[in-house]
Amino acid sequence: MAFSDLFSRRRKDEPDLDTGAAKAPVHSTKVLAKFIAGLNGRTSPVLLDLGSVTGSNVTFFGERLGCKIIVEDLSKDIDRAVKEKTIPDLPAQFGRRFSQEDASVDGVLCWDLFDYLDKHAAAALARQIVRLLKPEGVVLAFFNTAEPKEPLPAVYTKHVVVDQAHLQYRPYPAARGKQKPFQNRDIQRMFEPLRITEQFLLKSQQREVLFRKTGGPAAGAGA
Amino acid sequence: MWKRDEAVKPTSQPTPAAPVASNVQPSVPAVQQAEPRRIERDLVNIGKSVVIKGELSGSEDLTIEGQVEGKIELKEHLLTIGPNGRIKAQVFAKTVIVLGEVNGNVSASEKVEIRDGGSVDGDIVSPRVAIAEGAHFRGSVDMQKKGGSSSTSASTSSSVKPAPAPTVAQAAQPAAH
Repeated sequence: MAFSDLFSRRRKDEPDLDTGAAKAPVHSTKVLAKFIAGLNGRTSPVLLDLGSVTGSNVTFFGERLGCKIIVEDLSKDIDRAVKEKTIPDLPAQFGRRFSQEDASVDGVLCWDLFDYLDKHAAAALARQIVRLLKPEGVVLAFFNTAEPKEPLPAVYTKHVVVDQAHLQYRPYPAARGKQKPFQNRDIQRMFEPLRITEQFLLKSQQREVLFRKTGGPAAGAGA
Repeated sequence: MWKRDEAVKPTSQPTPAAPVASNVQPSVPAVQQAEPRRIERDLVNIGKSVVIKGELSGSEDLTIEGQVEGKIELKEHLLTIGPNGRIKAQVFAKTVIVLGEVNGNVSASEKVEIRDGGSVDGDIVSPRVAIAEGAHFRGSVDMQKKGGSSSTSASTSSSVKPAPAPTVAQAAQPAAH
């Protein structure tokens, strides 16, 4: 192998997976600003992030917005389930996964996690989110609206907050690709009694959704 | 043929391969001598083969490459968990840098850094937290502010920035409900 090949190979491998942060595309987002606005006025809001841990997001939500952040990276749970061939057990696992008390979280960042789940697992996770959310709490989630054309190998996306209107998408390896997209009515039913307060359809055929828990303190608790 | 005169060879010529501690020669200027000694004094290591069960406290910076179970308290100093370090303990320090594994809550008065390859399973309380790409973290982060609780209403209003238009890949449009 020529000496120059070492460098060309490195260049080819680097940009797409995880380390290619600088080259990752930046996308606009409408719903993030609404999500942040939904946390307005709360003292030290508790934020549950179900995506992969990202240092700059921790800084953004922790330092700038004063949130207490709980990181529960569910992509690792999915990867483990794929490797151990326990995907059918995911709904039960999600039922046991969260040790937090009912109505203890002000906001949940789901990112595009639901795209990687089948119907039963997604419903189980949505039930937990409803249980954990405080009244008037908000949930941010992205849903793919088109049949997945998953690149090989499959990737998750790290959503890195650039500012309130922009997210950088950083792909990293996944053990499982995106699943069949959910219909709008399925999404609404999964998250009942949460209400969809904002919804945006991007040109990338991704739906950005903001849910809010309405009603009194008992709403949704113990669901 | 030219013949080298050994007598004029400078005595302070460095010997690169020699270890730092044995490199100190009488002819080396005082400033150069002092530096390795200072480093030697400030860096305290707990080596790979050391296992500590119980409470570990101190008043100097510490690097742990071994295993510690219990509690670590270095309230005014830097604690570095090296790549080989395995900690099952509550950690209190001024600054904590993690390159190895920590199972337990970490509290720092200044900063917590989880570097590439580092892993923390536990809750972090610190005004500054840096988590590198490739780091593992599971738990909560509480970046407590000195001088009272923080409310998002004030910070969000000041954090709204104009969009950096040139780098945007896609535009968003409201969807039909």
